[in-house]
Amino acid sequence: MSTAIPWSVKPHPVTGIPNAKLGIWLFLASEVMLFGALFSSYILIRTGSEQWPMGRTILNIPLATLNTVILITSSVTMVMAWASLKMNQFGKFKLFQTLTILLALGFMVVKAFEYGGKLHHYEVTLVEGSEAADKAGALKITGHIDHATAGNGGAITSWIRSRDDLHDGKISFVADPPAGSHEHPAAIELAAEDMERLTFFGPHRDTFFAVYFTLTGLHGIHVLGGIVVLLYFLLPGSRMWRTDPERFTGRIECTGLYWHFVDLVWIFLFPTLYLL
Amino acid sequence: MSLKAFHIFFILVSTAFALGFGGWALREYARDGGLGMLATGAGSCLSSVALAVYGVWFLRKLKHVSYL
Repeated sequence: MSTAIPWSVKPHPVTGIPNAKLGIWLFLASEVMLFGALFSSYILIRTGSEQWPMGRTILNIPLATLNTVILITSSVTMVMAWASLKMNQFGKFKLFQTLTILLALGFMVVKAFEYGGKLHHYEVTLVEGSEAADKAGALKITGHIDHATAGNGGAITSWIRSRDDLHDGKISFVADPPAGSHEHPAAIELAAEDMERLTFFGPHRDTFFAVYFTLTGLHGIHVLGGIVVLLYFLLPGSRMWRTDPERFTGRIECTGLYWHFVDLVWIFLFPTLYLL
Repeated sequence: MSLKAFHIFFILVSTAFALGFGGWALREYARDGGLGMLATGAGSCLSSVALAVYGVWFLRKLKHVSYL
Protein backbone atom coordinates (compact mmCIF):
# COMPACT_ATOMS: atom_id res chain seq x y z
CA MET A 1 0.00 0.00 0.00
CA SER A 2 1.37 3.41 -0.96
CA THR A 3 1.96 5.90 1.88
CA ALA A 4 2.43 8.89 -0.44
CA ILE A 5 0.12 11.84 0.24
CA PRO A 6 -2.11 12.19 -2.83
CA TRP A 7 -2.43 15.43 -4.80
CA SER A 8 0.59 17.04 -3.12
CA VAL A 9 1.94 18.17 -6.50
CA LYS A 10 -0.76 17.69 -9.13
CA PRO A 11 -4.03 19.63 -8.84
CA HIS A 12 -6.82 17.82 -7.01
CA PRO A 13 -9.67 17.07 -9.47
CA VAL A 14 -12.25 18.66 -7.17
CA THR A 15 -10.46 21.83 -5.98
CA GLY A 16 -8.29 22.36 -9.05
CA ILE A 17 -5.19 23.04 -6.90
CA PRO A 18 -2.73 20.77 -5.06
CA ASN A 19 -3.67 19.90 -1.47
CA ALA A 20 -0.62 21.71 -0.09
CA LYS A 21 -1.77 24.99 -1.62
CA LEU A 22 -5.30 24.48 -0.35
CA GLY A 23 -3.83 23.82 3.10
CA ILE A 24 -1.73 26.98 3.17
CA TRP A 25 -4.69 29.09 2.00
CA LEU A 26 -6.89 27.63 4.76
CA PHE A 27 -4.15 28.50 7.24
CA LEU A 28 -3.89 32.03 5.82
CA ALA A 29 -7.69 32.37 6.11
CA SER A 30 -7.35 31.64 9.83
CA GLU A 31 -4.57 34.24 10.00
CA VAL A 32 -6.84 36.80 8.32
CA MET A 33 -9.39 36.13 11.07
CA LEU A 34 -6.73 36.54 13.78
CA PHE A 35 -5.35 39.83 12.46
CA GLY A 36 -8.83 40.94 11.35
CA ALA A 37 -10.12 40.55 14.90
CA LEU A 38 -7.22 42.58 16.26
CA PHE A 39 -7.59 45.30 13.62
CA SER A 40 -11.35 45.47 14.32
CA SER A 41 -10.67 45.75 18.06
CA TYR A 42 -8.19 48.55 17.37
CA ILE A 43 -10.72 50.45 15.24
CA LEU A 44 -13.46 50.05 17.88
CA ILE A 45 -11.16 51.11 20.73
CA ARG A 46 -9.90 54.08 18.75
CA THR A 47 -13.28 55.34 17.57
CA GLY A 48 -14.69 54.88 21.09
CA SER A 49 -11.92 56.91 22.74
CA GLU A 50 -12.31 60.57 23.54
CA GLN A 51 -8.60 61.12 23.01
CA TRP A 52 -6.21 59.10 20.89
CA PRO A 53 -2.55 59.95 20.29
CA MET A 54 -1.38 60.35 16.70
CA GLY A 55 1.09 57.57 15.98
CA ARG A 56 3.32 59.88 13.97
CA THR A 57 3.99 62.04 17.04
CA ILE A 58 5.21 59.19 19.27
CA LEU A 59 6.39 56.41 16.95
CA ASN A 60 9.55 56.29 14.88
CA ILE A 61 8.41 56.76 11.27
CA PRO A 62 11.90 56.63 9.63
CA LEU A 63 12.59 53.20 11.19
CA ALA A 64 9.13 51.92 10.22
CA THR A 65 9.64 53.22 6.66
CA LEU A 66 12.96 51.41 6.47
CA ASN A 67 11.24 48.22 7.64
CA THR A 68 8.54 48.65 4.99
CA VAL A 69 11.20 48.91 2.27
CA ILE A 70 12.94 45.82 3.72
CA LEU A 71 9.76 43.74 3.71
CA ILE A 72 8.65 44.76 0.20
CA THR A 73 12.16 43.90 -1.08
CA SER A 74 12.04 40.56 0.75
CA SER A 75 8.79 39.70 -1.07
CA VAL A 76 10.54 40.32 -4.37
CA THR A 77 13.51 38.10 -3.41
CA MET A 78 11.10 35.42 -2.13
CA VAL A 79 9.19 35.27 -5.40
CA MET A 80 12.50 35.27 -7.29
CA ALA A 81 13.61 32.24 -5.25
CA TRP A 82 10.46 30.40 -6.33
CA ALA A 83 10.77 31.56 -9.96
CA SER A 84 14.39 30.31 -10.00
CA LEU A 85 13.16 26.83 -9.07
CA LYS A 86 10.52 27.05 -11.81
CA MET A 87 13.37 27.76 -14.25
CA ASN A 88 15.44 24.89 -12.81
CA GLN A 89 18.11 27.23 -11.37
CA PHE A 90 18.83 25.85 -7.93
CA GLY A 91 21.92 28.07 -7.40
CA LYS A 92 19.84 31.20 -7.91
CA PHE A 93 17.19 29.85 -5.57
CA LYS A 94 19.80 29.57 -2.80
CA LEU A 95 20.96 33.13 -3.45
CA PHE A 96 17.45 34.63 -3.34
CA GLN A 97 16.39 32.51 -0.36
CA THR A 98 19.50 33.69 1.56
CA LEU A 99 18.71 37.31 0.65
CA THR A 100 15.14 36.86 1.90
CA ILE A 101 16.40 35.52 5.23
CA LEU A 102 18.92 38.37 5.58
CA LEU A 103 16.20 40.93 4.88
CA ALA A 104 13.90 39.27 7.41
CA LEU A 105 16.69 39.37 9.99
CA GLY A 106 17.27 43.03 9.08
CA PHE A 107 13.59 43.71 9.79
CA MET A 108 13.93 42.14 13.24
CA VAL A 109 17.09 44.14 14.02
CA VAL A 110 15.36 47.41 13.07
CA LYS A 111 12.32 46.35 15.13
CA ALA A 112 14.61 45.68 18.11
CA PHE A 113 16.00 49.25 17.81
CA GLU A 114 12.47 50.62 17.61
CA TYR A 115 11.30 48.66 20.66
CA GLY A 116 14.50 49.61 22.51
CA GLY A 117 13.78 53.28 21.85
CA LYS A 118 10.29 52.91 23.32
CA LEU A 119 11.40 50.91 26.37
CA HIS A 120 14.01 53.59 27.17
CA HIS A 121 11.63 56.51 26.65
CA TYR A 122 9.97 57.69 29.84
CA GLU A 123 7.18 59.84 31.19
CA VAL A 124 7.76 61.45 34.57
CA THR A 125 4.94 62.79 36.72
CA LEU A 126 6.53 65.26 39.13
CA VAL A 127 5.33 66.07 42.63
CA GLU A 128 3.18 69.20 42.55
CA GLY A 129 4.92 72.23 44.05
CA SER A 130 8.32 70.52 44.09
CA GLU A 131 11.47 72.31 43.03
CA ALA A 132 11.85 69.84 40.18
CA ALA A 133 8.37 70.69 38.86
CA ASP A 134 9.26 74.40 38.94
CA LYS A 135 12.49 73.71 37.11
CA ALA A 136 10.78 71.55 34.48
CA GLY A 137 7.91 74.02 34.05
CA ALA A 138 5.35 71.18 33.87
CA LEU A 139 4.06 68.34 36.01
CA LYS A 140 4.40 65.73 33.27
CA ILE A 141 7.47 65.51 31.08
CA THR A 142 8.63 62.92 28.60
CA GLY A 143 12.19 62.16 27.61
CA HIS A 144 15.05 59.79 28.31
CA ILE A 145 17.38 59.07 31.21
CA ASP A 146 20.89 60.30 30.42
CA HIS A 147 22.40 58.50 33.41
CA ALA A 148 21.30 57.18 36.78
CA THR A 149 23.24 57.27 40.02
CA ALA A 150 22.64 55.03 43.03
CA GLY A 151 22.53 56.38 46.59
CA ASN A 152 26.16 55.32 47.16
CA GLY A 153 27.30 57.33 44.14
CA GLY A 154 27.77 54.34 41.79
CA ALA A 155 26.16 54.19 38.38
CA ILE A 156 22.89 52.28 37.89
CA THR A 157 23.37 50.28 34.70
CA SER A 158 20.28 48.07 34.86
CA TRP A 159 17.06 48.97 33.03
CA ILE A 160 14.95 51.35 35.13
CA ARG A 161 11.27 50.43 34.95
CA SER A 162 9.82 52.63 37.68
CA ARG A 163 10.94 55.08 40.36
CA ASP A 164 11.17 52.17 42.81
CA ASP A 165 14.24 50.95 40.90
CA LEU A 166 16.04 54.15 41.96
CA HIS A 167 15.73 53.57 45.73
CA ASP A 168 17.60 56.62 47.09
CA GLY A 169 19.38 57.32 43.82
CA LYS A 170 18.95 60.04 41.19
CA ILE A 171 18.49 60.29 37.45
CA SER A 172 19.69 62.91 35.01
CA PHE A 173 16.61 63.35 32.82
CA VAL A 174 16.67 64.91 29.34
CA ALA A 175 13.20 66.06 28.29
CA ASP A 176 11.99 65.76 24.69
CA PRO A 177 12.36 68.90 22.55
CA PRO A 178 9.30 71.16 22.63
CA ALA A 179 6.95 71.01 19.63
CA GLY A 180 8.48 72.53 16.51
CA SER A 181 12.04 72.31 17.85
CA HIS A 182 14.81 69.72 17.62
CA GLU A 183 16.81 70.96 20.62
CA HIS A 184 16.52 69.14 23.92
CA PRO A 185 16.23 71.28 27.07
CA ALA A 186 19.09 70.99 29.60
CA ALA A 187 19.09 67.81 31.69
CA ILE A 188 17.54 68.01 35.15
CA GLU A 189 18.47 65.96 38.22
CA LEU A 190 15.53 64.06 39.67
CA ALA A 191 15.42 62.00 42.86
CA ALA A 192 12.77 59.35 43.54
CA GLU A 193 10.97 61.69 45.97
CA ASP A 194 10.62 64.35 43.22
CA MET A 195 8.51 61.95 41.15
CA GLU A 196 5.03 60.66 41.68
CA ARG A 197 5.48 58.24 38.81
CA LEU A 198 8.20 57.20 36.39
CA THR A 199 7.04 54.96 33.58
CA PHE A 200 8.54 53.80 30.30
CA PHE A 201 6.63 53.64 27.01
CA GLY A 202 5.73 49.96 27.31
CA PRO A 203 2.47 48.11 26.65
CA HIS A 204 1.19 48.99 30.12
CA ARG A 205 1.48 52.73 29.54
CA ASP A 206 -1.83 53.31 27.76
CA THR A 207 -4.24 51.69 25.32
CA PHE A 208 -2.34 53.01 22.30
CA PHE A 209 0.88 51.31 23.37
CA ALA A 210 -0.98 48.13 24.36
CA VAL A 211 -2.41 47.98 20.83
CA TYR A 212 0.93 48.95 19.25
CA PHE A 213 2.93 46.25 21.07
CA THR A 214 0.23 43.60 20.56
CA LEU A 215 -0.09 44.14 16.81
CA THR A 216 3.60 44.70 16.02
CA GLY A 217 4.64 41.94 18.47
CA LEU A 218 2.30 39.41 16.88
CA HIS A 219 3.54 40.45 13.46
CA GLY A 220 7.15 40.11 14.66
CA ILE A 221 6.43 36.56 15.88
CA HIS A 222 5.12 35.76 12.38
CA VAL A 223 8.33 37.15 10.85
CA LEU A 224 10.38 34.98 13.24
CA GLY A 225 8.31 31.93 12.27
CA GLY A 226 8.91 32.77 8.61
CA ILE A 227 12.67 32.96 9.20
CA VAL A 228 12.63 29.45 10.72
CA VAL A 229 10.73 28.03 7.72
CA LEU A 230 12.93 29.88 5.20
CA LEU A 231 16.07 28.59 6.94
CA TYR A 232 14.73 25.05 6.96
CA PHE A 233 14.12 25.09 3.21
CA LEU A 234 17.48 26.70 2.55
CA LEU A 235 19.44 24.10 4.55
CA PRO A 236 18.11 20.60 5.43
CA GLY A 237 14.81 20.89 3.55
CA SER A 238 16.53 21.70 0.25
CA ARG A 239 17.67 18.05 -0.10
CA MET A 240 14.21 17.32 -1.50
CA TRP A 241 15.22 19.23 -4.66
CA ARG A 242 17.40 16.25 -5.64
CA THR A 243 14.70 13.62 -5.10
CA ASP A 244 11.41 15.42 -5.85
CA PRO A 245 12.00 18.88 -7.40
CA GLU A 246 8.36 19.50 -8.29
CA ARG A 247 7.20 18.91 -4.73
CA PHE A 248 10.03 21.06 -3.36
CA THR A 249 9.01 23.90 -5.70
CA GLY A 250 5.45 23.56 -4.36
CA ARG A 251 6.73 23.85 -0.80
CA ILE A 252 8.65 27.01 -1.64
CA GLU A 253 5.51 28.42 -3.25
CA CYS A 254 3.57 27.78 -0.02
CA THR A 255 6.36 29.43 1.99
CA GLY A 256 6.21 32.39 -0.39
CA LEU A 257 2.42 32.68 0.07
CA TYR A 258 2.89 32.81 3.85
CA TRP A 259 5.72 35.34 3.52
CA HIS A 260 3.63 37.58 1.26
CA PHE A 261 0.79 37.46 3.78
CA VAL A 262 3.13 38.53 6.59
CA ASP A 263 4.41 41.41 4.42
CA LEU A 264 0.88 42.41 3.47
CA VAL A 265 -0.11 42.63 7.14
CA TRP A 266 2.76 45.08 7.67
CA ILE A 267 1.63 47.19 4.67
CA PHE A 268 -1.68 47.65 6.52
CA LEU A 269 -0.13 47.97 9.99
CA PHE A 270 2.26 50.76 9.05
CA PRO A 271 -0.24 53.41 7.95
CA THR A 272 -2.86 52.39 10.54
CA LEU A 273 -0.56 52.60 13.54
CA TYR A 274 2.16 55.04 12.50
CA LEU A 275 0.55 57.56 10.16
CA LEU A 276 -3.15 57.92 10.97
CA MET B 1 -4.33 31.44 -6.18
CA SER B 2 -0.66 30.91 -7.02
CA LEU B 3 2.29 32.82 -5.64
CA LYS B 4 2.41 34.63 -8.98
CA ALA B 5 -1.13 35.98 -8.57
CA PHE B 6 -0.59 36.82 -4.89
CA HIS B 7 2.66 38.60 -5.72
CA ILE B 8 0.91 40.74 -8.33
CA PHE B 9 -1.78 41.60 -5.78
CA PHE B 10 0.94 42.41 -3.25
CA ILE B 11 2.76 44.69 -5.71
CA LEU B 12 -0.54 46.46 -6.52
CA VAL B 13 -1.19 47.07 -2.81
CA SER B 14 2.42 48.18 -2.27
CA THR B 15 2.19 50.59 -5.22
CA ALA B 16 -1.00 52.10 -3.80
CA PHE B 17 0.62 52.29 -0.36
CA ALA B 18 3.76 53.99 -1.74
CA LEU B 19 1.58 56.57 -3.54
CA GLY B 20 -0.49 57.17 -0.41
CA PHE B 21 2.56 57.43 1.83
CA GLY B 22 4.21 59.80 -0.65
CA GLY B 23 1.10 61.97 -0.67
CA TRP B 24 0.99 61.95 3.13
CA ALA B 25 4.67 62.94 3.40
CA LEU B 26 4.28 65.75 0.84
CA ARG B 27 1.22 67.06 2.70
CA GLU B 28 3.26 67.03 5.93
CA TYR B 29 6.00 68.94 4.11
CA ALA B 30 3.51 71.53 2.85
CA ARG B 31 2.19 71.97 6.40
CA ASP B 32 5.34 71.93 8.53
CA GLY B 33 8.25 72.13 6.07
CA GLY B 34 11.34 70.01 6.60
CA LEU B 35 13.46 68.58 3.82
CA GLY B 36 13.20 65.09 5.33
CA MET B 37 9.49 64.93 4.56
CA LEU B 38 10.05 66.30 1.04
CA ALA B 39 12.69 63.63 0.39
CA THR B 40 10.43 60.92 1.87
CA GLY B 41 7.47 62.05 -0.24
CA ALA B 42 9.47 62.25 -3.46
CA GLY B 43 11.21 58.94 -2.74
CA SER B 44 7.94 57.21 -2.00
CA CYS B 45 6.27 58.50 -5.19
CA LEU B 46 9.29 57.37 -7.21
CA SER B 47 9.11 53.98 -5.45
CA SER B 48 5.49 53.60 -6.53
CA VAL B 49 6.55 54.13 -10.17
CA ALA B 50 9.41 51.62 -9.71
CA LEU B 51 6.99 49.09 -8.21
CA ALA B 52 4.56 49.50 -11.12
CA VAL B 53 7.40 49.02 -13.64
CA TYR B 54 8.61 45.98 -11.71
CA GLY B 55 5.06 44.55 -11.71
CA VAL B 56 4.87 44.74 -15.51
CA TRP B 57 8.36 43.18 -15.83
CA PHE B 58 7.35 40.38 -13.44
CA LEU B 59 4.18 39.65 -15.40
CA ARG B 60 6.19 39.35 -18.61
CA LYS B 61 8.85 37.17 -16.99
CA LEU B 62 6.34 34.68 -15.59
CA LYS B 63 3.73 34.79 -18.36
CA HIS B 64 3.88 31.00 -18.76
CA VAL B 65 3.14 30.31 -15.07
CA SER B 66 -0.48 29.68 -14.05
CA TYR B 67 -2.46 32.08 -11.83
CA LEU B 68 -3.86 29.09 -9.95
